Amino acid sequence: MRQKKVAGIFASLMLAAGVLAGCNSSTSGGGDKDADKGGDIKIGANLELSGGVASYGQSIKEGIDLALEEINKEGVNGKKLKLIPFDNKSEAPEAINGATKLTSQDKVVAIIGAATSGNTKAQIEIAQSNKVPLLTPTGTADDITFKGGKLNDYVFRTCFIDPFQGTVAANFAVNELKAKTAAIFIDSASDYSKGLAASFKELFTKEGGKIVKEEAYVAKDTDFNAQLTNIKGAKPDFVFIPGYYEEVGLIVKQARELGITAPMMGADGWDSPKLIELAGKEALNNTFITNHYSSGDSDPKVQEFVKAFKAKYKDKSPDAFNALGYDSAYFIADAIKRAGSSDSEKIKKALAETDSLDLVTGKMKLDDKHNPIKSAVILEYVNGEQKFKTKVNP
Amino acid sequence: MEQLIQQLVNGISLGSIYALIALGYTMVYGIVKLINFAHGDVFMVGAFIGFYSITILDLGIFPALLISMAACALFGVLIERIAYKPLRNATRIAALITAIGVSLFIEYGTIYIRGAQPEAYPNGIVPLKSIEILGVKISGQSLLILAVSIFLMILLQFIVYKTKIGKAMRAVSHDQDAAKLMGINVNNTISATFAIGSALAGAAGVVFGIYYTKIEPLMGIIPGLKAFVAAVLGGIGIIPGAMAGGLLLGVIEALVSAAGFSLWRDGVAFVVLILILIFRPAGLFGKNVREKV
Repeated sequence: MRQKKVAGIFASLMLAAGVLAGCNSSTSGGGDKDADKGGDIKIGANLELSGGVASYGQSIKEGIDLALEEINKEGVNGKKLKLIPFDNKSEAPEAINGATKLTSQDKVVAIIGAATSGNTKAQIEIAQSNKVPLLTPTGTADDITFKGGKLNDYVFRTCFIDPFQGTVAANFAVNELKAKTAAIFIDSASDYSKGLAASFKELFTKEGGKIVKEEAYVAKDTDFNAQLTNIKGAKPDFVFIPGYYEEVGLIVKQARELGITAPMMGADGWDSPKLIELAGKEALNNTFITNHYSSGDSDPKVQEFVKAFKAKYKDKSPDAFNALGYDSAYFIADAIKRAGSSDSEKIKKALAETDSLDLVTGKMKLDDKHNPIKSAVILEYVNGEQKFKTKVNP
Repeated sequence: MEQLIQQLVNGISLGSIYALIALGYTMVYGIVKLINFAHGDVFMVGAFIGFYSITILDLGIFPALLISMAACALFGVLIERIAYKPLRNATRIAALITAIGVSLFIEYGTIYIRGAQPEAYPNGIVPLKSIEILGVKISGQSLLILAVSIFLMILLQFIVYKTKIGKAMRAVSHDQDAAKLMGINVNNTISATFAIGSALAGAAGVVFGIYYTKIEPLMGIIPGLKAFVAAVLGGIGIIPGAMAGGLLLGVIEALVSAAGFSLWRDGVAFVVLILILIFRPAGLFGKNVREKV
């Protein structure tokens, strides 16, 4: 029942966002058809264009469309890149159908997608057996590229993996906030939360910090006063709360009411407008999150992207999904360029060898598990607005 | 020490919400011997009515509280008339299963109508500042919850013991048939009980929204079950028992969390239920009454 409910919440949230995103992508869809058909390099996009998490897929596609428009001005190896989109309806079986169609019928050289870890995992088998590189822009689960001690050598991703954000948070707490002691408050029902907490703890204690309190809650709880009172009693300099916005909103509110004034920090799970409604603007002051990207980053590369994106999509400010979609297209284009060929095998090799590729979401390098090593941004909530604070390099 | 007092304050705030919901359970049980599992969902509906009164009609807390209580009273009577009245002479289990059905119907009906996404009560609608006594911080909302709960409980005691309808309710709960013979309108009395119980649940919903901010269509399940435990703890059918049970359960939960076992909190609530059923089935305030022949 809980799962159904979460899906329902997502569905309704995303539906609203999807409607908006839908208008934009339809205008860009027309542009693709004008591309020269002969001798194009075909790239598949197996994305969630409708269904529960349609806004993820739509946003990624907007980013890819913009990137391809720019790339095709010059072309890659004298050819143009052509995107073959497939709507997997936010369902794993459809994602499998899509991967089969794209590899066997359309004969794409690589597939971008899917947005969620689950729908990406569904395609791994097909990508591996057909030897077509599969690149997920936003699948953060760590077992996508490397599972059971074995590397899925045709599978890649553009985003960093979850535990990395815990490392970034620890780094920020120690170096920027000069925190000596920290408390951790995790969602004990979520692997995401536990993973982040573990990596935070590891680096924070290694840097000489002390974890003075560890408390836990279960998703859907509404009363956190008791645990927060315990945290308050331990007087930490810093509180790490790697959860999702529905609970975090209430936690931050209740913590401030109890008089916990220490800075609090979370990760991309906080990133929702609902968080501000739940916690209140004032309570959110002095809280931070890590994220993949911020449109407020002053880096010229980011600002250039924001400008181009706004020009193409009616002044819409690009979010992390837009940026990761955009970067995924550049990631593949760069590999094709370096491979000097549109042979999937060579592209895969070039993808794996990617080193210091300059992207909107940071300078990227792949490790031996095909996980990107790249920078993360830290955002601060100031009166209910996310302000770009700093960029942390690994 | 400060921390312990703070935890007690936390527990009492939570417990007074349980108590408000538990009162409805206990009243309905006392009169028709039915565990009204839809009661937690009336609480949810009350929270939403309060939310829409505040955000759409732009009302203050107290008008919203009154509207929510009135609407829930009506809703409770409707539930009773449509779902429970036809089953009044059926087996107890049939009525119980119907109650579960009504509960699911309200939950998913709400999701059908407005979707499953949560809503947030606007911040800062309580103009009270938090106060600090001996290092213990008590928020304005906690004080409001306590004040509203205590006021409603006193009002309820007054209704039950000092008014004509209260007298009728006590009579019906004691012996329905005899009450009927004495000229008491049993149907109306039962409706009144549902109305009062549901109004209290509606009030609890609004208070919950103000205190915890987040409301959603399935929010009634766990508080509903906890309130049921509270009602049994105090002795189901006994009004002061429901109040004491609610407060006690809130405090127990806060202390369990304070001891560092926050993940066991919900489990402990139900362990309390099991222990009470084993060792004192009539509840803390209950007397072992001989079966009436």
